[in-house]
Amino acid sequence: MLDRTRDRLPAGRFGPTLPRGIDKGKHMRHVIAVLLENEAGALSRVANLFSARGYNIEALSVAPTDDETVSRMTIVTQGTDEIIEQITKQLNKLIDVIRVIDLTESAHIEREMMLVKVAVPREENGRLGQLVEIFRGHVIDVAGDTYTIELTGTGTKLDAFVDNLQGYDLIEVVRSGPLAIARGGRALRV
Amino acid sequence: MQLSGGEILIECLKREGVEFIFGYPGGAVLHIYDALFRMQDDGAPRHILVRHEQGATHAADGYARATGKPGVVLVTSGPGVTNAVTGIATAYMDSIPMVVISGQVPSSVIGSDAFQEVDATGITRPCVKHNFLVKRVEDIAPTVKKAFHIATTGRPGPVLVDITKDATDPRVKIPFEYPETISLRSYKPAEAGHPGQIKRAVELLLAAKRPMIYTGGGVVLGEGSEPLRALVRRLGYPITSTLMGLGAYPATDRQFLGMLGMHGTYEANMAMHECDVLFAVGARFDDRVTGNLEHFCPYAKIIHIDIDPSSISKNVKVDVPIVGPVKRVLEQMLEQLDKTRRKPDEKALAAWWQQIEEWKKVDCLHYDRDSKKIKPQAVIEALYRITEGRAYVTSDVGQHQMWAAQFYKFDEPRRWINSGGLGTMGFGLPAAMGVQLAHPDATVVCITGEGSIQMCIQELSTCLQYRLPVKIVSLNNRYLGMVRQWQEMFYEGRYSMSYMDALPDFVKLAEAYGHVGLRVEDPKDLEKTLQDAFAMKDRLVFLDVITDPTENVYPMIAQGKGHHEMHLAPEERELA
Repeated sequence: MLDRTRDRLPAGRFGPTLPRGIDKGKHMRHVIAVLLENEAGALSRVANLFSARGYNIEALSVAPTDDETVSRMTIVTQGTDEIIEQITKQLNKLIDVIRVIDLTESAHIEREMMLVKVAVPREENGRLGQLVEIFRGHVIDVAGDTYTIELTGTGTKLDAFVDNLQGYDLIEVVRSGPLAIARGGRALRV
Repeated sequence: MQLSGGEILIECLKREGVEFIFGYPGGAVLHIYDALFRMQDDGAPRHILVRHEQGATHAADGYARATGKPGVVLVTSGPGVTNAVTGIATAYMDSIPMVVISGQVPSSVIGSDAFQEVDATGITRPCVKHNFLVKRVEDIAPTVKKAFHIATTGRPGPVLVDITKDATDPRVKIPFEYPETISLRSYKPAEAGHPGQIKRAVELLLAAKRPMIYTGGGVVLGEGSEPLRALVRRLGYPITSTLMGLGAYPATDRQFLGMLGMHGTYEANMAMHECDVLFAVGARFDDRVTGNLEHFCPYAKIIHIDIDPSSISKNVKVDVPIVGPVKRVLEQMLEQLDKTRRKPDEKALAAWWQQIEEWKKVDCLHYDRDSKKIKPQAVIEALYRITEGRAYVTSDVGQHQMWAAQFYKFDEPRRWINSGGLGTMGFGLPAAMGVQLAHPDATVVCITGEGSIQMCIQELSTCLQYRLPVKIVSLNNRYLGMVRQWQEMFYEGRYSMSYMDALPDFVKLAEAYGHVGLRVEDPKDLEKTLQDAFAMKDRLVFLDVITDPTENVYPMIAQGKGHHEMHLAPEERELA
C-alpha cells in the first residue's frame, strides 16, 4: 500500500511557533461568588455544570439574599487560570445566573462556620474552655460530657482548632464551607 | 378572553408565528391535543404526526436549520420525552433554536413514580439551553414567551417546557394575555462587538502575510453570510469552512479552499497550518477541526468572533477575541475597513496564493473514476449535477456525510443540514421532512447509508401521510463504513460488528411504505437512475445505491495528528 502521508514541514519553517492549546499551568484555589435566580433547579444547573465539564467543587454554600428572589452561592474550586476563566464563562452562560465574580482576583475576606461536638471528661473541660476562648469560639450546648462548640473563621483557623482537639473524643465536625465578600466598597449586587 | 391551559399554549404558539408542531400524543398531553383539535380552524399551527418522538425532534430541527425559525415539538411525559432526548441533544450540540413542549404527570403526583413519569427537566438539563417545569396555568404564557426568547437569541439552542397535566385542565379557564416583550435580568446576549477589538482585529488582518479565514456554523445561524462574502472578497484572502458552516461562503468561489479538519481538503488544512493570521468566525475549534492542538496553527495570531464568550479560548487561546453577533461584528469590521487607509499586503498575498495553488495540485479529493463498482463520491457528484447544486441536502452520519460535504458544493447557507456536533445517525430522514415542509417546492435530498437510514426508517410512513417527496439517496456499502474505515486503519482490519448480515430489501421496503424504490448497481446506470428519481416530483423515491464497500474517506487526519500530517488516498489499496 502506497502511503502518501505528507509531513514535509520542518519545524519552525516560519520562525518560532506559538504555544497552542490551553496551557497546563498551576492549579490554584479560587473562590467564586454567584448571584442567581432563587428558582427550582438553579442549584442543580450549577452542580450539573461542574460535574458535566469535569470541574471540581471543594465547597459550596448557597442561601437566599436580602432580596428573596436572588440566591448567593459561594463556590470554592481549583484550577489553572484558563479553567477558572471557563468556569466563570460557563456559569455566566446559565440562564438563571445573574452575576459571577472570582473573589480571589482581589482582596477579599473569607469566613467559615464550624460546629464541633466533642466528649470531654469533667476534669478536663477547663482546658477545652481555654482552647475555645483562644480561638474565640462559643460552647453552645452541653449535655453530660458532650460539648458542642461553635467557631467562625478562615478555613485554616478551623483546621487549627480541630488539630488542637487531638486527644479528645471528637464526635462530629460540621463545616459550612466558606462565605466570602470583597474588601472595601466593592459589592456584588444584582 | 378566558382560556384553559391547553388553549393558552396553542394560542401562544400562534402568536409566535409557529407553522408546524412536530409531535406525538399521549396521556399527559391529551388536554393540549384536544385544544389543538378544537382550534384547528382557528389558525392553530399544523400538527405533523411523526412515528417516533426522535423523528419529531429531528424534523423540527431540520425545519429550524432550513428556515432560521425555531422548530416546535410536542411530546408526552415519560417515554415521550426520553425518546426526544437524542433529538434535543442533537439540536443543542449544533445550537439549533427549538422549543420542546412535554407533558408531565399532574403536579399532585410528581415524585411518586407515577405512570409515565420521568424527571424531564432533570433528564434534559445537560442538553438544553434552558428548561422550565410549569405547574400552574397562569405560568404557561409567560414561560412560553421566555422559552422562544431564549431559544432564538444569543447562541441559539433547544428549550424544554415541561407542563403538568393539571395546568392544562380544560375546566380551569383564566384570562389570556400574551406578553409583548420579555426582559430577563440574567440573560442579555451581546448586541455588537467591542469597537476597540474590531479595530485591533482589522489591523491584525491587514498586517497578515499569510492570512486564513475559518468559518463555522455560527455564520449560518447568525445570518452572517452577506457581510462575510463582502469582507472576504474585499480582502482577497483564502477561506475555509467547518462541516457546519458550509454554504455560508459559496463553495464554487475561487477563494474557497473547501472544508477543513479531519476530512478536510489538503489545501485548507495546509493553509491552516502555515497561516500567520487566522480569522475564526462563528466557529468553536472543535476537535474534529483542530486535530492535535499542539500542532494547531503554530505560526498564527488568532482573531475569533463568537456570540458565546465561553467558546472563546476554550480549546485554543486566541489573541483578539470579539464577543458579539456574527452579522453585526462583520458589518462593524467592514465599516472599520472603510476607515483605515491600510491595504492588504498584495505582494505577500500573491505569494501565499501561489503556495495554495501548489497544494491544490495534490488533487486531494481524487478517486478512481473508472471503477467498475459505483464509487460513493461519483454518486454525490452526479447528484450535484442533476440538482444543479440547488437542493436542500440533509445527511446522516458516517462516510456518506463526509463525501456529501466534500463533493456537494453548497453556494448558499441553510442548504446543508446535518448533525455535526452530536453525530446522530437517524437524523437525515426526519430532518428532510422538516425541510420539505418548510420549502414544499424545493428539491430535498437525504444522503444516507444503509446503517443510518434504519435508525429512523419508520418516518417513511410520516412522509406518505404528508406527501413529502423527499429523495433518499442511500449509499449502500453493506458496512457501517466509517467504523469499518477506522477498523481498517487502526485495528488491523478486525471488522468488529461493522457488517450487517441481514439487510432488508430497501426497494420493497420503500414500496411497502407506499413510496417508490429504485436500486442501482452498475456505474453506467447511475446518472439515468438519479434522473428518473428526480423526475418524480411528487413522490418520495428511495434510491438504494450499491457502492464499493472498500472505499474510504480521504484525505484524513488521524486522531492525534496535526493539520500538516494528512493521509491522502493511496493509489492502490485493497481491503485488508
